[in-house]
Amino acid sequence: MTAIGPTSDTVLYVNGVTKVFDGFRALNNLSLVLRPGEMRAIIGPNGAGKTTMMDVITGKTRPDTGQVVFDADTDLTKLDEPAIAQLGIGRKFQKPTVFEHHTVWDNLLLSLAGDRAPGFALFARQTKAERERIEGILRTVRLMEHRNRRGGDLSHGQKQWLEIGMLLAQEPKLLLVDEPVAGMTDHETAQTAELLREINRTRSVVVVEHDMDFVRALGVRVTCLHEGSVLSEGTIDHVSADPKVVEVYLGR
Amino acid sequence: MSRLAATLTIACVLGSALLLIVLNQATPPGSAAHVSTYAVSLAGKYLSYAMLALAVDLVWGFAGILSLGHAAFFALGGYAMGMYLMRQIGTRGVYANPDLPDFMVFLNWHELPWYWWGFNWFPVAVLAALLVPGILALVFGWLAFRSRVTGVYLSIITQALTYALLLAFFRNDMGFGGNNGLTDFKDMLGGISLQSDATRCGLLLATAILLSAAFLLTRAMVLSRYGKVLVAVRDAESRTRFLGYRPERYKLVAWVVSAMIASIGGALYVPQVGIINPGEFAPANSIEAVIWVAIGGRGTLSGAILGAVLVNFGKTLFTGALPELWLFALGGLFIAVTLFLPNGIIGLLPRRKDAAVDEPEQPPVLTTSEAAAREVTS
Repeated sequence: MTAIGPTSDTVLYVNGVTKVFDGFRALNNLSLVLRPGEMRAIIGPNGAGKTTMMDVITGKTRPDTGQVVFDADTDLTKLDEPAIAQLGIGRKFQKPTVFEHHTVWDNLLLSLAGDRAPGFALFARQTKAERERIEGILRTVRLMEHRNRRGGDLSHGQKQWLEIGMLLAQEPKLLLVDEPVAGMTDHETAQTAELLREINRTRSVVVVEHDMDFVRALGVRVTCLHEGSVLSEGTIDHVSADPKVVEVYLGR
Repeated sequence: MSRLAATLTIACVLGSALLLIVLNQATPPGSAAHVSTYAVSLAGKYLSYAMLALAVDLVWGFAGILSLGHAAFFALGGYAMGMYLMRQIGTRGVYANPDLPDFMVFLNWHELPWYWWGFNWFPVAVLAALLVPGILALVFGWLAFRSRVTGVYLSIITQALTYALLLAFFRNDMGFGGNNGLTDFKDMLGGISLQSDATRCGLLLATAILLSAAFLLTRAMVLSRYGKVLVAVRDAESRTRFLGYRPERYKLVAWVVSAMIASIGGALYVPQVGIINPGEFAPANSIEAVIWVAIGGRGTLSGAILGAVLVNFGKTLFTGALPELWLFALGGLFIAVTLFLPNGIIGLLPRRKDAAVDEPEQPPVLTTSEAAAREVTS
């Protein structure tokens, strides 16, 4: 893991990525570097390319040109979603996506890092280590009392947390979190900011968010996207004072 | 699905089969308690259908794959058994040819096609009944699931699969007896007459035992961690992919096992009804099987068995009285169940609340209307 060159000491290295859908440039020469252990907030108006960027990193969409390198040495553009997930990139969707018919416990059990082959799953028995791991995650995402409830019966905020818990169970190096506080109450939003900071102690995190108060509460470096490329990057105060940002996004 | 429900299911299947057999064998014909051999074979036919229903429920109820072509696997198993039974006729056919079945002599064929070789041995027929549908399902499933074909599109291509086989088996050149199919069977397993009461009872018992075994196998599958992943794939396929699972592999395992179970059902069906013809590939048969499952209770396994037996029993009674109205009755029943019993007949039974976390005994149930809504929106 001692790559030399521009990718050294990066957990995520996105360089000159372009993706065109039917003539629409969703990503236009996008470049982004994330250092190990960093948390980054991505903001930008609708259609700025935030979700497409997530799709490219997680293997759902293949870029037309450009490099996407994970952990300094792995080219992500050649891999599909399961392979990338197994490398250690977790993704939370914009709309909370949990297994509605499974209990909170089972949602986490299925997410635990481990063998993903059907042959293993057919004969797998729950181990003590797995149980302890799930207990730990339940504590982190504050769902201790809800372990036996079905995913579908949780409140919106609880589903968001369960999904974050599922990502943690995967033990990723890098978490991509798409609008984690959409539809949350102020209290839930504050708790989520705290939760993400806690997660960031051991993992790199990319958060896409519209809620500027939330981004401010995270207190991390901010990248503003516009029309598929980086418009501005820096502290929240720097970015929100940038006249280009004010013009396309905040001013409206 | 508690242990109690599973035990009850097996007790009902084996118990009713044994009861019919005893009443057939131990009572004299004409006595009030006597069960005719016809009724014994009818029950055997229902239980063969129940295996098809079980197979459909495994893929539809737990993997979300609405197969409208599952009767194809059932019919292929039936043909494998039919070929074995044809070869047992030997010189007792109309043309008394020791090697060629009558229809081949009639077509002026002079030697047995290569794909008929070995079918005079029972183990070869059994192997073919497992492998042919298994390999077909493997190839079909691998192509479809790898290309991420889901929902209505997948249903349509399963329908196309069975229809293509229907057309192929209708052709005389295929060497499976054309539209007459295979029939006029005499005996099996070294001279056991298919017409005798004892054989009919034996076939019913064999069907009941194999159905119970298939039930236990599918139950073990859906209660395992594999089954939980399968349900997760059914409910949120892309989520499983971003967790590092390959949904196509999970579906493929269920799909192939399901095809083999359906095929065994077909292999048991043929000696009990005495004929297999291309009509068994008709798309309507596959659709009926889906209706049995919906009526019994999708995603419950026991419900699939119950639905298949009850609907077919109803069909026997109904078609005796008003044959031309049967399809209307079936359609009406399906609509009524979807509207008023979203969990099927099994859904009427009291359910235990979720058991301990470590061994959840109840697999998650998706109601038919939920499923319909999902299939429309996906």
